[in-house]
Amino acid sequence: MAKPMDQITWQELETGSVVTEIGNARQYETGSWRSERPVVDASGCIKCGVCWLFCPDSCVKQAADGHFEADLTYCKGCGICAKECPTGCIKMVSEEG
Amino acid sequence: MAKVRKGIEVSIAMSEAVAQANVDVIAAYPITPQTHIVEHLSEIVADGHLDAEYVPVESEHSAMSVCCGSAAVGARTFTSTSSQGLALMSEIFTIAAAMRLPIVMALANRSLSSPLSIWNDHSDVMSVRDAGWIHVFVESGQESYDHVFTSFRIAEDPAVMLPVAINLDGFILTHMIEPIWFEDDETIRKYLPDMKMKNALHPDNPVSMGCFGMPEIYTEAQMSRQVGVVNSYDTIVKAWKEWGDLTGRYYHPVETYKADDAEYCIVTMGSYGETAMEVVDALRAEGEKVGVIKIRLWRPFPFEDFRKAVAGKKTLIVIDRAISFGGPGGPVASELRSALYGQANAPKIVNYVAGLAGRDVARADFRNIILEGKAKAAAGDVDGFTLYGVRG
Repeated sequence: MAKPMDQITWQELETGSVVTEIGNARQYETGSWRSERPVVDASGCIKCGVCWLFCPDSCVKQAADGHFEADLTYCKGCGICAKECPTGCIKMVSEEG
Repeated sequence: MAKVRKGIEVSIAMSEAVAQANVDVIAAYPITPQTHIVEHLSEIVADGHLDAEYVPVESEHSAMSVCCGSAAVGARTFTSTSSQGLALMSEIFTIAAAMRLPIVMALANRSLSSPLSIWNDHSDVMSVRDAGWIHVFVESGQESYDHVFTSFRIAEDPAVMLPVAINLDGFILTHMIEPIWFEDDETIRKYLPDMKMKNALHPDNPVSMGCFGMPEIYTEAQMSRQVGVVNSYDTIVKAWKEWGDLTGRYYHPVETYKADDAEYCIVTMGSYGETAMEVVDALRAEGEKVGVIKIRLWRPFPFEDFRKAVAGKKTLIVIDRAISFGGPGGPVASELRSALYGQANAPKIVNYVAGLAGRDVARADFRNIILEGKAKAAAGDVDGFTLYGVRG
């Protein structure tokens, strides 16, 4: 977005609210929605990539060492990765604590 | 095709018009009384007379979905439906308008179930009144043919980019055989250039359509739609004027018949205008100062044209073809009352709902409605509406 969404006027919208700027969803930081965050215990991770596959926001990234980690800028804390992890090495931790 | 006058069923004439308009995609599911329009188009394509994709979808929801996809890539797109079919496509119907996709639809107006009925009234179109389409009502076969071209011209104008529904009364118009002037292909080509869509889907120019909208942006998106529909008025009037200049057949958002010196007028929308004019002729011969006002453009509603047409009238007798259950009257009368609210010397409005699900409203009925409506207005009985002819 050329400017934040809450500052765009109706005149600045394309007809039909067509979005012409490619990949601008990246600028919407959904991580602020989160009440819990996934914490990975790397010792239990078998690098299978199930968390990467299931993440609905595609925010799980693979690090150079092969382990996976959620990008907290976008992670909404839905917990699907923790639920699907076959070894149970991902725990959801409250953001309050 | 050369310019020629033919005696032809209105549905068939409309399909021929769609072919002359050189559409690229037709997606439709057959439903009475729209059937002949799409069946004949299917034949035209199958016989190789029109280079178009005819997509025989499995439902109306899919029909409108296909139409959205095809219009999104900049293809000239046509569909047609009625009643339950419109109800089934209503989810995508609204999306087509919001995404500003210039689809043209022949909406063969039919009552909504239940009781299940295949016959004509306006309950189907009124159920989608606020979806953001342009709605035009026609009253004859010639108008049905003509409005195919004007509607594509309006829909695809870069200043408009909105879907247009051509409302024609089911059976009363769709199945009528009338003499209709066909324009020659050269005239059509001149009037209706190829569509040029600014943000059409194309791999070379990737865009996203129909995106998620948070509360921060939804209001602005709706404002853009509201302004788009209101501003389409200028293009509509211009497109009709240019069609008139080419063919001699001029159309206006609000049309009148013997209304200039009339003290009171009957207001119609759709095919009832023809019968109303005949009855007004007869009443005029008896000395009644009565005229007809016909609403051709329903959305965007032509407030100024309407106010101008009714200036100086004492009474308007409005015939609606649908009920707004528990509401203030039929949808047309509600609209007109709203248009006149607070205006100085506004005429009184008496509202009749008549002709539901094809119940015949003949000349004698128009006469009854007009004279009874005049008496009601004189007696100050102007609230709500009367369901004409209901037993009990």
